Formats: sequence, structure tokens, C-alpha cells
Amino acid sequence: MNWIAIGHIDDIPLRGARCVKTPEGKIAVFRTAENEVFAIEDHCPHKGGPLSQGIVHGKAVTCPLHNWVISLESGEALGADEGEVRTIPVRNIDGQLSIALESMLVAAE
Amino acid sequence: MAQKLVIIGNGMAPGRMLEELFEKAPGLYDVTIFNAEPRVNYDRIMLSPVLSGEKSYEDIVIHNDDWYAAYGVTLHKGAKVTEIDRHARTVTSANGITVSYDKLVIATGSLPFIIPVPGHQLPGVLPYRDLDDVDNMLRIAEGKGRAIVIGAGLLGLEAAYGLKRQGMDVTVIHLMPTIMERQLDPAAAYLLEKALGERGIDIITKANTKQILGNDKVEGIELEGGRVIEGDMVVMAVGIRPASALAKEAGIAVNRGIVVDDGMMTSDPNVFALGECAEHRGTCYGLVAPLYEAARVLADRLTGGHAEYHGSVVNTKLKVTGINLFSAGDFAEAPDRQEIVLRDASAGVYKRLVLKDNRIIGAVLYGETADGSWFFDLMKKGTDIAEMRDTLIFGQSYQGGSPLDPMAAVAALPDDAEICGCNGVCKGKIVSTITGKGLTALDGVRAHTKASASCGNCTGLVEQLMALTLGDAYNPAAVTPMCACTELGHDDVRRLIKAKGLKTIPAVMQELEWKTSCGCAKCRPALNYYLVCDWPDEYADDYQSRYINERVHANIQKDGTYSVVPRMWGGVTNAAELRAIADVVDKFEIPMVKVTGGQRIDLLGIEKEDLPAVWADLGKAGFVSGQAYAKGLRTVKTCVGQQWCRFGTQDSTGLGIRIEKFMWGSWTPAKLKLAVSGCPRNCAEATCKDIGVVCVDSGFEIHFAGAAGLDIKGTEVLGLVKTEDEALEVIVALTQMYREQARYLERIYKWAKRIGKDEIRRQVLDDLDKRKGYYDRFVFSQSFAQVDPWSERVSGKDKHEFNPMATVGYSAAAE
Repeated sequence: MNWIAIGHIDDIPLRGARCVKTPEGKIAVFRTAENEVFAIEDHCPHKGGPLSQGIVHGKAVTCPLHNWVISLESGEALGADEGEVRTIPVRNIDGQLSIALESMLVAAE
Repeated sequence: MAQKLVIIGNGMAPGRMLEELFEKAPGLYDVTIFNAEPRVNYDRIMLSPVLSGEKSYEDIVIHNDDWYAAYGVTLHKGAKVTEIDRHARTVTSANGITVSYDKLVIATGSLPFIIPVPGHQLPGVLPYRDLDDVDNMLRIAEGKGRAIVIGAGLLGLEAAYGLKRQGMDVTVIHLMPTIMERQLDPAAAYLLEKALGERGIDIITKANTKQILGNDKVEGIELEGGRVIEGDMVVMAVGIRPASALAKEAGIAVNRGIVVDDGMMTSDPNVFALGECAEHRGTCYGLVAPLYEAARVLADRLTGGHAEYHGSVVNTKLKVTGINLFSAGDFAEAPDRQEIVLRDASAGVYKRLVLKDNRIIGAVLYGETADGSWFFDLMKKGTDIAEMRDTLIFGQSYQGGSPLDPMAAVAALPDDAEICGCNGVCKGKIVSTITGKGLTALDGVRAHTKASASCGNCTGLVEQLMALTLGDAYNPAAVTPMCACTELGHDDVRRLIKAKGLKTIPAVMQELEWKTSCGCAKCRPALNYYLVCDWPDEYADDYQSRYINERVHANIQKDGTYSVVPRMWGGVTNAAELRAIADVVDKFEIPMVKVTGGQRIDLLGIEKEDLPAVWADLGKAGFVSGQAYAKGLRTVKTCVGQQWCRFGTQDSTGLGIRIEKFMWGSWTPAKLKLAVSGCPRNCAEATCKDIGVVCVDSGFEIHFAGAAGLDIKGTEVLGLVKTEDEALEVIVALTQMYREQARYLERIYKWAKRIGKDEIRRQVLDDLDKRKGYYDRFVFSQSFAQVDPWSERVSGKDKHEFNPMATVGYSAAAE
């Protein structure tokens, strides 16, 4: 695994999200009310809405464009909608967050 | 000429009597009421839900001021009658009002019995009879602490439950060995005591109060035997006695209560007594059902009829959420009586029927009370139950063949079976009213028949009747839950937020038993709005519960970019502003500039990261956010008005700008768009707005509840006012009423349809005190709301919203 440091957990508001820019698109990093951290592609399977801008509740986020609800754990659309977004492994060591990307990406200087 | 009818007391019994009277013979009497309480007639049975915070005073009003006005009734509030002069036929109140009568009805109700132990006059010793008592209890309960309730009867236990719900520790003291001994046998009492104990209410039986402790207020009580219980409040619920002193002083025959005959007449043929103060055939009633029966008889007598009251068999239900309890009749043991008992300890069910000569004379049901009305019906009719005796206890479903489902059981009830005990409404009346009036909602049935309109225990039965009568046309889910996280509808949530003083989203979710840990994208923005609206000074806005547009103060577009609309007061701009906008467009290469429907300029296609810099530049030219994204005040569209237009009658542009400067920044349940037109040609299209003003020569015509979106609807006219100041005050009051009452995302026209435009007009136009109240609350709220969100963010607030957390690129040389 190629772990890339992205910052500290406190950089993300509780029940909120930030995004990480990569050459392959944005990644949304979420922090739940229970202080769990998840990362998924910042791209709703429905019409590409930026999931990082949605409302975070439980372990899910509601897309800001058309209210699809996406599981942060599995990346799958919940409820009657069908679709899936790629999940990205996150590591939290004493609040320092890293994500694992398959391609050879590193933190930009 | 109409005869003069004077009523002393304004409780539920005379209220019902008047309804019957006005239905039978409107205009026969000039009615004057003296009410010792400073308010209208309300549903006293529902005091317990008010105490527990499940209802508000407004919910339990039976007759509002309009009702009295409509029937020409003179109501003296806060006027306690101190003298009846039977020779002059007058009554006189403590505040000096004297009125003469042709017929007099005494309905003074009852007085709570206060045990005269030492300390009973200390502040903090309260009876439980009226709304003032409830208010006093709630005031003390705010400080939490411990409450002591003396008396474990119906009222005492309901008070205990209410105070527990308000967050107090509660101990109930009861003299007898078992609780509610007048209604329950020891076995049912035991089950009830256990259930209340599980709800955190301590009950001490066989306890006699020796004295109430404390110096200048209640600090506790001491029982016989020396045990001391600390507490901040003592509620006395040990019984009532008829308030008959006034009648006695006037020389009317009084025993325990005021003695009446079968026509509710006292020893004076021009004087009648009704309600808890009356004694009929040796019995004083304290429950509403018999009093309503007597009210019907009296209304008939007053209109020349000969109806007779023969006394009532009563039943009792306890209004404690989650506890089902029914009791009726006489269930003391005696040699000539037999009993049938069913116990199911694991299901918490206990049923006991007392029989005499093959007829039911008493019934106690605990845990499962659905058959209560059926048993009660058999009891009242004296039905011979010999043939169904073996299966009687299992209830109606098991009579005559195979078991019935609950719907079939209701279908099988005879037309004269009583459904609503409080109001004496039988099945036939409900069914014929549903079909006759074309009713489809429970509220309608309540309004027309009164069934389930008092204590509400028969609501389930009434709903089953509606389902039977209407078939598929009946939609029982009249209250739609806010979302899947709760069973409660928006209105209940709004009410409970106020009633329980809930001031954070976690507190709402905890207290109202949310089913999810942190809500969802439907309920969180709604709760955030309700809390912002209700506690403007105390609530900390939760941005994580706002939609993205309100969180970043711009409108998200389909490609994830944003659009920015600066405020252009009343749609008026100038060269400097336009130049600043042009410069911003160039500098940030904004791909599209568009004029909006609300007379402003929209800059589209801005990257999120650029928003603060765009705002900084716009801010330098004096622009603030146009809140084009908000569930809040959007635009006030204007025409050029008197200043330029040859038809203009007022300064419509000036008024529009004034309104916008007064109201910008306020959050509302849904977006709020206004317009001011300078004449009825209406160039600002004010008559399809949420609120509109059409200027005319004589003043300002205020419109509201228009729509031009998913629905198209012309406005309703609220009314005409003379001055700009008054126009502003009315518009602000209307907005505040809407802010306080509407459901989240409900536009003003939908809200107005629900509430009724007459009611809105009454509150914000006609009732000057109400109008002022709304206006003042809006102004107070604005002192926290009018902060430009753009300049706040330019100065660094919520920086994290606008920058990526990190940027990663390909490695030049991976290590």
C-alpha cells in the first residue's frame, strides 16, 4: 500500500467532509459524529454530484444535488437507488490521516 | 325580547350546555358568563398532557374568543361572583359587575381539598385543578429537583407522571394500602404501581402526612412515624368538594353539593346548577361524561323541553402514556356477586368482571383495554350475559363463533354502542356524520361529532369507524412523520421544542426519542431551522445540518461550481456597482452573467475555492450576500413607482428597499419572495409573491400566499393599511407568524391554506397586541441574524469549507 498523508482529523468538522485533490479526481474524506473517518470518490454514482458537499448522518452522506444517500462504509447507494462509488482505504494514527492509493501518488509539496 | 341567562363559571359543563342551547334555540337568550379564571373555556381533562409537555394551552382551548363573539356571549374573564340576590335576580362579582337574570346557572365546579396539616400554607404547596396550578408546577419544575404528590388517585398519578416527564424526581404519598382504590381492585393496583415504578415514580402507600416542612417555602414532608422526604413542591391531589358556598349563602338548598332535581333545577325554580358543584340523587360527579349528559338535559329544559337526567354509570381511564387502564362500575366483593378473572402475568394483562344476577356491574381492565367500551355497553344496558358467560372475559371477538379481527369487532358493534364516553357519542352518530358531511379526516369527525375530542382515548375506535365507513378513501396517516428517524410530525416537533425548552439538535433527538443516532438530511436542516427560529439568542447554528448552499452561501450548480448573487436593494443599482461586477467577472473569468427573475445579477460558474476572493472584491464595492440560496428572505421586487411612473400612487421602490433592509438575513421555513407594486397595474407582479404590496391612492393593499412555481396561485388580500410604517409592521408580523408556525420547506401559501387566511388576518392585522408581539420577536431575532455571511467568510470564518484538505500529485521518483 502506498499511504499518503493528507492531514489531521481535526481539519475535518464533525459530521463533515473535506476533499483531497488528485490528478485522478477529487476524493472526499468524511468524519462522522462518532469520529470515524471514511474516504470515497467525490462523485455521486447518480449524476456526479460532489458528495463532500452533502450532509453527513450516521455512516452515510446525502448528495447535495438530488439527495441520493450513499453509504460511507461500502460506497453503495442506500434505499431504492442503485449505484456504487469507489471507497478508498484510510488510516488514522493518533489523528494523523493517510489514504491509500493504488497508483503512485504522493503528497504535493 | 331575548331572556337573560347568566352563568357563573366557564368550565366544560356550561360550555357544552351552551353549545346544545345555541344549536336548539339560537337567539333565545342573551348570555352572560362570569369566569373566575382569566381565560376562555378549555379542556380540563387535558391538563395532564399540558403538564407533561405533550400538549400546549392553545391545543386544549374549546371555545376561543371568536366563538363567544359569534354567539353574542358576554364573557367576564377574571370575574369571581361574590353574591347572588335572588329577590332582585342579580349577581355581583368581586370586581363590581352586577348583572340581572331571568335564568341563572350555577356552574362553579369544585374546590381542591387541602389537608390542613401544619405547613399547608407554605409557598410550593399546590392543588391540581386549573391551568394556573399547572403553570405554577411547571415554574417550579424548571429547577428540576423533587416533587411530592399527596394522593394516588387519578389526578395525583397523572400529576406525578407529568412532573416526572418534566425531569423531576417524584414521590407519591398515599394514605390507603393500594393506589386508585376507588377505581381499581388490589390486583390491578399492584400492576399499575409496578408500571409507574418502572417509569421512575416512587409510591409510598399507607403513608399519612404529619406535616409539611420548610420555613419560607416547601422543603419536604414528614410522615406519621417520623420518615422525612425532601422536596421542592407538594401537590395535593386528595380529592375535591363541590363549590357550593355561593349558593348556600343565597339560601339555595345545599347538601354536599347544590341539590338539583332531574331537570337540574335547584330549590329556586329560576336557578339551575350544573357540573361538579351539583348534587343529583345524592351523587356529585367529577368526571366529564355525566356532566355532559346533564348539560344536554339542562339545555333542553332551558328551551322549554322536559328531558330528565337519571344519573350516570361512569368509567375511568388513566392518561399516562403507555399504560392502558379501564375501570367502571362497582367491584367490591359481596356475597351475591361473582367474578370472572383473567390473568396473564407475562403479558401484563389483568381483567376482572364483577357479575350480579347474570349482569355485569363492574369491570377492571389492565394492560389490554380494547373491550372496555363493549363491557361498559353491556353494563349500562344491563344485558343478560348468561349465554356468553364462558367466553365473556375474552371479549367481544370471541362471542358467537370464530374470533373476530379488531375491525370486525367494531363493525359488529350496534349503532347505539357508545364510542366516546366523554361526549356520549354513539357509533351511529359518528357513521352518519362521516357519510352525511363527507368527512375524511379525524379532525373533521372531532369538529362535527365531538367524538374523541376530549380525552382522546377512543381515537383508535373512531379511526376504525372511519376506515370501515370510508374504505380505501380513508388515509389514517394524517400526521406524516418528519422523516424515517421519528414518528412525530413537524407540528409536534415544533411544539415540543418549545414546551420542553429543547435547545440543541442532540437534545431534541434524545428527548423526542429519535430512532437514528444523528438524524438524516431531511430532519437535521428542519430541526436546525426550528431551533434558530425559536431560540435566536441561545442556539448555536449547526452548519453541518445545513444544505450546502446555506453552508457556503452560494448556489451549487450541476457541475459542482457555484453561482453568486449580490444583493441589489429593491432591484436598484448604479454605475459603480455595475463596474465592480464587471471587474469581478473579468478577474475570475466568470463564464456567465445573467439577470435573475428577482431583479438582480447572477454570476455563474465560480469555483468553490474562488468564492471568498470573489466576495472580497464585491464587498469592497459595498455588496452583501443576496441570500439567493437561502430558506430565508430573498428579494423584494419593485416597480419605479411614484418617483417616475405617471400612474404611480406611492413610493413603491422606497418601500421595497425599506422592507428589504429591515428583513434581510432572516431565516424562514422556505424561501420568501416579496414585491411592491406602485399601482394596481402591478408591474412588480406582487400578486403572485409570498407577500406582496399593491399601492393604491388610499394606502397599501397587503397581499400574501401567492405562488408562481410548481403551483401557480394568485395572492389573497390580507387587508388595506394607511401608512408605510403600518405596512412594514404587518408584513413583518405576518413573516414572524409564518416563521413560528410553518413546517420546514412549507411555502407561505401552503401554510396559509392549512391555518386559514381568516385566522392569519385576525392575528396579524386585527389583533394589535398579537401583531406587536410577532413584530417584536422578529426584531429581536434580527439582531442576531443581520450579519453579512460573505464578509464573515472573507475574514476567515469556515475557511475549511473553501480549501481542499490536501493536494496530491504523481511522484517524480517514488521512494
